[in-house]
Amino acid sequence: MTAVITGIGVTAPTGLGTDSYWEATKAGRSGITPIDRFDASGYPAQLAGQVPGFTAAEHLPSRLVPQTDRMTQLALTAGAWALEDAAYEPDAFGEYGVSVVTAASGGGVEFGHRELENLWRKGKKFVSAYQSFAWFYAVNTGQLSIRHGGRGPCGTLVTEQAGGLDAVGQARRHVRRGTPLVVTGGVDGALSPWGWVAQLSTGLVSGTGYRPFGAEADGYLPGEGGAILVLEDAESAAARGIPAYGEIAGYAATLDPRPGLDAPPGLRRAAELALADARVTPSEVDAVFADAAGVPELDRIEAQVLCGLFGPHGVPVTAPKSATGRLFGGGAALDLAAALLSLRDGVLPPTPGVERPDHPIDLVTGAARELPLRTVLVLARGHGGFNAAVVVRAHHGKGAHPWRS
Amino acid sequence: MTRVGITGIGAVAPGGVGVKAYWELLTQGRSATRTITAYDPSPFRSRVAAEVDFDARAAGLGPQEIRRLDRAAQFALVSAREALASAGLTPGELDPDRTGVALGSAVGCTRSLEEEYVVVSDGGRLWEVDHRYAIAQLYGHFVPSSMAAEVGWAVDARGPAAVVSTGCTSGLDTIGYAAELIREGSASAMIAGSTEAPISPITSACFDAIKATTPRNDDPATASRPFDRTRNGLVLGEGAAFFVLEDIDAALARGAHVYAEVAGYATRCNAYHMTGLRMDGHEMAEAITVALAEARTDPSDVDYVNAHGSSTKQNDRHETDAIKQALGLEHARATPVSSIKSMIGHSLGAIGSLEIAACAMAIEHGVVPPTANLREPDPECDLDYVPVTAREHRTDVALTIGSGFGGFQSAMVLKRCPS
Amino acid sequence: MAQLNLEDLVAIMRDCAGEDEHVNLDGDILDTLFYDLGYDSLALLQTTGRIEQEFDIVLDEDGITEAETPRALLALVNDCLAQAA
Repeated sequence: MTAVITGIGVTAPTGLGTDSYWEATKAGRSGITPIDRFDASGYPAQLAGQVPGFTAAEHLPSRLVPQTDRMTQLALTAGAWALEDAAYEPDAFGEYGVSVVTAASGGGVEFGHRELENLWRKGKKFVSAYQSFAWFYAVNTGQLSIRHGGRGPCGTLVTEQAGGLDAVGQARRHVRRGTPLVVTGGVDGALSPWGWVAQLSTGLVSGTGYRPFGAEADGYLPGEGGAILVLEDAESAAARGIPAYGEIAGYAATLDPRPGLDAPPGLRRAAELALADARVTPSEVDAVFADAAGVPELDRIEAQVLCGLFGPHGVPVTAPKSATGRLFGGGAALDLAAALLSLRDGVLPPTPGVERPDHPIDLVTGAARELPLRTVLVLARGHGGFNAAVVVRAHHGKGAHPWRS
Repeated sequence: MTRVGITGIGAVAPGGVGVKAYWELLTQGRSATRTITAYDPSPFRSRVAAEVDFDARAAGLGPQEIRRLDRAAQFALVSAREALASAGLTPGELDPDRTGVALGSAVGCTRSLEEEYVVVSDGGRLWEVDHRYAIAQLYGHFVPSSMAAEVGWAVDARGPAAVVSTGCTSGLDTIGYAAELIREGSASAMIAGSTEAPISPITSACFDAIKATTPRNDDPATASRPFDRTRNGLVLGEGAAFFVLEDIDAALARGAHVYAEVAGYATRCNAYHMTGLRMDGHEMAEAITVALAEARTDPSDVDYVNAHGSSTKQNDRHETDAIKQALGLEHARATPVSSIKSMIGHSLGAIGSLEIAACAMAIEHGVVPPTANLREPDPECDLDYVPVTAREHRTDVALTIGSGFGGFQSAMVLKRCPS
Repeated sequence: MAQLNLEDLVAIMRDCAGEDEHVNLDGDILDTLFYDLGYDSLALLQTTGRIEQEFDIVLDEDGITEAETPRALLALVNDCLAQAA
């Protein structure tokens, strides 16, 4: 059974809505700015990818606004756009025919921060009735399910930055087991001082910029946003007459060995397993969207994996996430959206902020690169050793996207 | 079709560390609920919880693990190690690349997060919290996935790993997720389970705010009373249960004991309300029906139902209706149904796994645990809830049910495995 | 003596729980069920919690459950305020 993406909704530091995100991404425009959501002047790092110009009340029913964290508001907005893109009709899929599977990392951090402050500064009766679910990891899945009538198998996966791919892998399982439509992907964000300080504790946040694979790489930058995707059974999508962006052809996940153990990291294994799952060889891969940690040691590990699989400079590699920052549960989902848009348009967006890679890889820098694309590999790694890989492939069957046929 | 079985079980529960102590508590019908000792509960409406008496050192954790890990992660590690040992395995004995990890949790490292928040905010005074007081492990507490990585490292599993978080059905959904990974061939074994240590001021405050927890503080041991007419809210609990899941044929070939087969599982969402339930119970009934179908089991073959039975007014009626819909009125009335939350409270994301462990033990020992504190039956809850006292009852097929915030409704069917 | 009037209550409800697009909260709603105004039990818990904070009172829990309209909730709050005074 083939599972295809029929809807994309994006809320990103580089654009609200898929079209504005994609234009900025192809042009290599950065969404990294000094933090203006709170006073970051006392912190050693002050740059982040913030979604500009987003007012929840303009996008969501008023009843939902007080009970949701900003990342849930962004997720619900992206979710509505993704379903609109897929021409979703709520009652067309049977009673339990719609599922929701999203990725999360820290939950509704800003909401939770406010309630912790209410408790500890003012007292327990100041804690919101919404706190019990507004911050927890499953909140976006639950709210999307309620808003769009997803009564099939729903869930949330957490593997930090790898989560967007794991969610899509799980969504594909649901499609294969008979759920015709799954709302998936991830939107995330933790831009409150409490979320920021948690990030800083990793010691990996850059004070200067996010330049993955660059000689000056000295860490990553956090951001907010992500993408909600609609995954469908290809036959059901074709029957509805809905074009597909591409097929989720392969997926795999691995965990790194315990630190200190003399064993290789798991990223290469994840990539190989995903390629095998898609029944493609490395030579058939036209491009790679890299995890691109921006941390020199992690960049080196990923570059080695790419060289090992494809040979030095063996495949075009890109990391448009240098323009958004790393988006936790949202990052890999947004990369997947970018990969699908690349397939559609035959163009690979660049990696803004990096002039020349410090590794023997063919990193797309400067301008976007036009090239025919059929098969794209997306890699992601989550804090603590999580690796995930997805292979997306142009869908040429019935219901192929009109741009490509 | 690959059949998946439970070959190892570990538990950390209120009333005892280890499966043996846990099962003794359940079969004796003892309640582990008491006035909260973890912090001063006096400001709160609900001041009772089922706490674990947990000595991390005595439970086998090393000094660095104790420093590094939140209480929930400590529970996870201890129970995962017990599960591995009870499967007759040592770390690395299963092929690491083919062994995965699934860990369920609703609220992650809440307790450490709150403790660290209090420090960096200087008792709530600073909105711009002070990063100079943040510990190196803070981000590890922030993302619950760190707990899954810790379990993977402890047992040397390097296959697919993830946290499954679906509120209070996490503990059930995690095992369903893990079993599916084995069936589809993504892993040949999974170390799967769930953990929660939510007993913390912020948790008390947020459950107080929605009046979900019981205000019955004067007699803690009877505070959780599922299906009783006088029930008035849930009792928070904590704990963890982990399992080794394997392909049954492979497990039998290596001479392992199979406690139970994970025969069927399904989850549905009510798409209705983040905390409320649709009164008709349709989604829960549907989850049960689909789980039974997956297990190729007729509803009339269910020998025991381990209920969600959270001791809230709404749930226990809703669930009773769902059980009747799914099993049929006659068989529902003839089947023992019990809620162990009467004894160990509701440990949110962990409870589903603790309940699966109880089902596996019921199959193993031919005893079903009781619903403690059920003295005055609610006329609207009219099934056989095994009140107060455990019962000898041969169980070949056990059904366990979960329901959670976010609208999640899940069910799993466990079966005796012919050896 | 402090009193809560309908206008104050509507302002608190809007802030605590937003408002349903299909409902006119500025109309004659004193005897309309909260349910029909688009407010569920969670919205009411948040609203009554806020009232308790602002007026530093504790409302009777059963009374909250039974107050199904703005008129009933206002009476509950104002009785409580009168007793506190």
